[in-house]
Amino acid sequence: MSRIVLSRRRLLGLGAASGAGLLLSGCDTFDFLGKRDHPVRDLLEGANQLTEAAQRLLVGEGALAREFAESEIRQGQKPNGSVDPRLSSADYAALAARNFADYQLTITGLVETEKRYSLAELQAMPARTQITRHDCVEGWSTIAKWTGVPLSTLLSEARPKPQARYAVFKCYDLLGRALYYESCDLKDAYHPQTIAAYGMNGAALPIANGAPLRIRLERALGYKMSKYVHTIELTDSFAGLGLGKGGYWEDRGYDWYAGL
Amino acid sequence: MTDSDKSPAPGAAPDAKGILIRRHGLLTRVSHWAWVIAIFMLVPTGLQIFNAHPTLYIGQQSGFAFDNAVLEIGARQGTKGPEGYTVLFGQRLDTTGFLGLSGGATRPDAVAFPGSMTIPSFRDLATGRVVHFFFAWVLVGALALWLISALFTRHWRALVPTAADVRSLPRDLTAHARFRFPRHRTYSPLQKLTYFSVLGVLLPLIILSGLAMSPAMNAGWPWLIDLFGGRQTARTIHFAAMVLMALFVLIHVVMVVLAGPINLMRSMITGRYRIDREAGP
Repeated sequence: MSRIVLSRRRLLGLGAASGAGLLLSGCDTFDFLGKRDHPVRDLLEGANQLTEAAQRLLVGEGALAREFAESEIRQGQKPNGSVDPRLSSADYAALAARNFADYQLTITGLVETEKRYSLAELQAMPARTQITRHDCVEGWSTIAKWTGVPLSTLLSEARPKPQARYAVFKCYDLLGRALYYESCDLKDAYHPQTIAAYGMNGAALPIANGAPLRIRLERALGYKMSKYVHTIELTDSFAGLGLGKGGYWEDRGYDWYAGL
Repeated sequence: MTDSDKSPAPGAAPDAKGILIRRHGLLTRVSHWAWVIAIFMLVPTGLQIFNAHPTLYIGQQSGFAFDNAVLEIGARQGTKGPEGYTVLFGQRLDTTGFLGLSGGATRPDAVAFPGSMTIPSFRDLATGRVVHFFFAWVLVGALALWLISALFTRHWRALVPTAADVRSLPRDLTAHARFRFPRHRTYSPLQKLTYFSVLGVLLPLIILSGLAMSPAMNAGWPWLIDLFGGRQTARTIHFAAMVLMALFVLIHVVMVVLAGPINLMRSMITGRYRIDREAGP
């Protein structure tokens, strides 16, 4: 008995010593988790799949994001990420100089009919206006009013092919050394609150907030809602796009579903 | 407690030091250590996430054009150079060297919580989120496992404070204050109250306030965010609950050290706990 207790004591002592060692060494111990291709990080990233599945199960396809009263709009929409693509794109600068009169949205990829819309054509289509909360991955939230064309209208006109799985949003803005892009699956693309917005808080969408057109994907974090969109491409995979993870921030280690 | 808990462990003869009893079931021990690991990883990754926007607000949104902040940590240029500050409920504190600005004069780092308290130690919100959400599942899984087993074995009764516990609470407080920790079969009133609050209130609060920050969950369960009074309030509550949890862990560890670390650690590893022979139930 005493021998067992002794060995347990030694075991406990060892455990306590290694625990204390871990604490003393500080959190540098876990810096390896920052390596984007580390197998342990890959393992932990697997939980994102579980999180997405749980959210899809609990939330349901059609559940709407909360819409707020006008009185809740108490400030402008805080711009984040790219705020002026005129500095990095000559094409965008030329469009902005003519107030986006020459802008065209292209819907392409796995569609029966490729479609192009000018800003005026988009503005002439039946619109949806919603006052929603924008949740940034950094942790802050703001409430603003968004006006635009339901994405379902645009996609229905282009008629997705049966094998189409994702809507990929391609943007003018260069962030760091890569062009911004994002994606969502077709279920979220057809969600009634998913719109291609050209208006904000009752005025034209400002350049800092994504003029002339940005995506609103109201049940996801802000980085899913691409600004300065010029092309919506329907695809069946993310291969060949950026680093292949389905979005600019996804390529840099953020989760794709972004519902939490 | 089940009947088997009341009899001495087989082969353990009562000796002068007391008798060995079975204190903790396997699921209690497994979930305890799962919580230890989860909390050890969740707090530093949570601080990493907090550092991405080190201001807490009340309500649905963050006031940039109005003020609804309750806590703000930052750095600014002071009269004697850069300084770190913390504003709590409007009270500005100089926290240079710890919050807002750390790393000393040679390597100043304008970050809310210093790198020594975050995982990773450098700014990496993406990794903080990946690790945080993985261990959030570990925390939730362990709590679910424990709750099911506690209901099944009626172990939960050992944690619910009774009227008698409330009556003897002052005496128990005095005993704790005098560092007297008699080894009983059952938890003391203060232990019951603490463990019940942590498992029954604090952990659920942490999990629910975390879920309330999810824009997807806000669409699915609008009642949840109403319960917390808005997404930014939920974020504030999540942070405050973390502080309480960290405080509990600190006191818990100190109490274990004071009340007999070998006996208590053994009870949470092997399940066996030595109680005083003369001690009543």
